[in-house]
Amino acid sequence: MTEQAATRDGYGKAMCKLASNPNVVALDADLSCSTKSASLAKECPERFFNMGISEQNMIGVAAGIASCGKIVYASSFAVFAAERAFEQIRNSVAYSGLNVRIVGSHAGLLTGEDGASHQAIEEVGALRSVPNMTIISPADAIEAEKATMALADYEGPVYLRLGRMKTPILFDEDYKFEIGKGVQLKEGKDMTIIATGALVHRALEAAKILETENISARVINIHTIKPIDKEIIIKSAKETGAIVTAEDHNIIGGLGSAVAEVLAENHPAIIERIGVKDTFGESGSPDDLYEKYGLTEKHIAEAAKRIIKRK
Amino acid sequence: MADDKAKIQALENKAKELRKDILRMLEKAGSGHPGGSLSAIDMMTALYFYKLNIKPEKPDWPDRDRFVLSKGHAAPALYACLAEKGFFPKKELDCLRKINCMLQGHPSKKLIPGVEASTGSLGQGLSMAVGMAIAGKLDKKAYGVYVVVGDGEMQEGQIWEAAMAAAHYKLDNITVFIDNNNLQIDGNVDEVMSVYPIKEKWQAFGWKVIEIDGHDIKQIIDALDVPHEKGKPKAILANTTKGKGVSFMENKAEWHGVAPKKEELDNALGELE
Repeated sequence: MTEQAATRDGYGKAMCKLASNPNVVALDADLSCSTKSASLAKECPERFFNMGISEQNMIGVAAGIASCGKIVYASSFAVFAAERAFEQIRNSVAYSGLNVRIVGSHAGLLTGEDGASHQAIEEVGALRSVPNMTIISPADAIEAEKATMALADYEGPVYLRLGRMKTPILFDEDYKFEIGKGVQLKEGKDMTIIATGALVHRALEAAKILETENISARVINIHTIKPIDKEIIIKSAKETGAIVTAEDHNIIGGLGSAVAEVLAENHPAIIERIGVKDTFGESGSPDDLYEKYGLTEKHIAEAAKRIIKRK
Repeated sequence: MADDKAKIQALENKAKELRKDILRMLEKAGSGHPGGSLSAIDMMTALYFYKLNIKPEKPDWPDRDRFVLSKGHAAPALYACLAEKGFFPKKELDCLRKINCMLQGHPSKKLIPGVEASTGSLGQGLSMAVGMAIAGKLDKKAYGVYVVVGDGEMQEGQIWEAAMAAAHYKLDNITVFIDNNNLQIDGNVDEVMSVYPIKEKWQAFGWKVIEIDGHDIKQIIDALDVPHEKGKPKAILANTTKGKGVSFMENKAEWHGVAPKKEELDNALGELE
């Protein structure tokens, strides 16, 4: 039985460690127990500021604190942190290049029962088009923890995308996380599955299914959606000829679109995007939602089989 | 006594010169916001030439007072003050809003020394100022944070989020001027979307409010010098006239965002002699 943990828990672990960094400040919008920013608050209450249910002000306050030399992590649910405060991210943070990490927890359909109002499926797409933004979507709790730690030494605005539910641990403690570098998790020659976040472990499961059918699928984890690792994408297009992307996000605007942009400009290859097909979600368990909206390993594997025929 | 009078006269003279700078840079640029720059310039003169503890040669000096122009469209007023103070050469004022030049249509933190926050999108500057005040408390620094907010700008909900937060976090190191000229783009503030009564609103949000004539230098500096009540942020409700100082601009909504033409500039400069 693989160990399971939520990426938001990885964030919480890192925030606990970062409490001892005097330059780190954390803000939240009344969701600190859910986002796990409370773990910094517990260690170091003087460097945690709850801004209440005022996300736009929270982002502005984060910008102001960052302008005084601090590294600020401002968290809430992804819909509210990244979407409600989108223009504040653009005008108060990104335009001035400030060291604010906007942490969007409970992203995607993985949020489950709270329903469509709380399932962010468009924020990666929106933030991709904001200059100066770095966008990181960790695949497991270990990667989330390492990403959060790395961001304490990184210059510029960042969006960090986390999930609610436990997902399988894929990496171990000595995994070297590098912002901007895609990670090949499995070699393959017939096609490539490029996945991010909560769908990376499903991509690996899909590759296992495909192996039983004699299809050799390469699996790549893109944790940094912006700036995206073009080389690893182009290499997989050259060497395997067909791509399936997989994300818990609208197929418009997120990883799938970013990969398609790289392919179209450099090495066109047939691509199919697995993700939410431009529809709002609904209430349900994450597993039921993934089944209904086409985000499971079965769906990824079926897409892989289809794409090979179109090579 | 005589000292005070001389000091006030000097500030009044300075404000007059800065009004000329504002009008000249706008005419050269061909676009920009005279009305709101002229209504704010007296309070900003008092800030930059009386109150703010800043070092133009060291814009990043960690212990500096911070000023945020939350009503960012009054950028010409800010640029006139910064140039006069020595943050950058005065000749920069001649290419306001021109391509490849330093002075942007709305303040840019990255491009312009002395600008603490990129503003222009109304309602956002106050939040950033609150952040600076929080950082000041965290670092146990003595600097003050000063803001100019517009009356129309108070229609943005974010202003009230920031006001709430300032009182909640007991930020007695922040001072907000409200430039109350009762005009916005589409007309009188009380006709477009009334924000009145202003004083009572800020008091209800936990701020100490002092109401003044926003063009009376003595009242401005007296209000600045009133110490904060412990744990309470301070707001100075400055009743002003949009376009103040130029008779044909005063109290006219249409002078919100239109630059004077050469002949209009000459007439205005003539009035400011």
